[in-house]
Amino acid sequence: MSDTKRFLYVNRKAPHGTIYALESLEVVLIGAAFEQDVSLAFLDDGVFQLIKKQTTTGIGVKNFAPVYRALGDYDVKKIFVERESLEERGLSEDDLMEITHEDDDEEDVSSVEIVDRARMAEIMAAQDVILSF
Amino acid sequence: MSTLHTVNKSPFERGSLASALAHALPGDAVLLIEDAVVGARASAVKTADLIKAAMPACKLYVLGPDLTARGIPSTDVVDGINIVDYPGFVDLVADHDKTQAWL
Amino acid sequence: MGYQWNGQDIAADEEGYLVDLSQWNPELALLIAEDEKVNMTDEHWEVVNFLREYYDEYQIAPAIRVLTKALKKKLGEEKSTNKYLYDLFPYGPAKQACKIAGLPKPTGCV
Repeated sequence: MSDTKRFLYVNRKAPHGTIYALESLEVVLIGAAFEQDVSLAFLDDGVFQLIKKQTTTGIGVKNFAPVYRALGDYDVKKIFVERESLEERGLSEDDLMEITHEDDDEEDVSSVEIVDRARMAEIMAAQDVILSF
Repeated sequence: MSTLHTVNKSPFERGSLASALAHALPGDAVLLIEDAVVGARASAVKTADLIKAAMPACKLYVLGPDLTARGIPSTDVVDGINIVDYPGFVDLVADHDKTQAWL
Repeated sequence: MGYQWNGQDIAADEEGYLVDLSQWNPELALLIAEDEKVNMTDEHWEVVNFLREYYDEYQIAPAIRVLTKALKKKLGEEKSTNKYLYDLFPYGPAKQACKIAGLPKPTGCV
């Protein structure tokens, strides 16, 4: 399809304190209907959005963390997480929730790829449209 | 493919400017607007050095009306940062393939 | 807008979606279905229950194309076509079935 554009959603904020993370997720889900080439990037405090076992009952807000695991159903298959951002925050890939999608053989494969800062910069440069949150 | 990176928050408040500069590629432009213009001051040595380190590869711009609004004289802007007005901002957007906002 | 069930006022938004999802129960579902002019059969319940399970797992009411894809996996080809679902829920399976299931309106559904 020649009118497919490369869309990157850049997530740089921790969840729950502000509306950015949830807004980003909603735009991603709505945008998924347009069948574009979609990637998600998580860097800086945005990496906190993907932490396992978030429980928001104590702060009285909806826990949208499980929604990330539905992204594969919405054909969002490329999730890039910046290694330096994880390391600066004392986090590793093991701290992140599992997000998968079905490959062509209907096998569940991970959608998450840890990339270094230089690679993240290249990924950003290769996009047609960047949406920042 | 070149990108215009915009930064709108003070580098003394958050890491957006540092992150933008760390992800900007050679040939990209970085424009400081709104509160981020306080980061263009030469007298603030730490942030000035951060910007100078990025400058050989990237072009740096600051929005003049935002400097003036905050009482920052053009004489206190780091050497090599170009001061642009609103039409200049529009030109920058038009001259690059895309714009990326660092919020 | 709201529903009267078992002597209680159950709050709903202007389109009839429950405000408090935890107030849902199967009898209330029948009441919402009646409002929607949907006569609940086992086939309707299959879809409604599936939506509740999906929401429980992912905290999201799936968009229609996500629903059909997931239903196909669970219930097979013939119970996942748009036609099958629209026969069950004529005013939109995602919209109507979600409402009956006590879920919010699907994200991306306007």
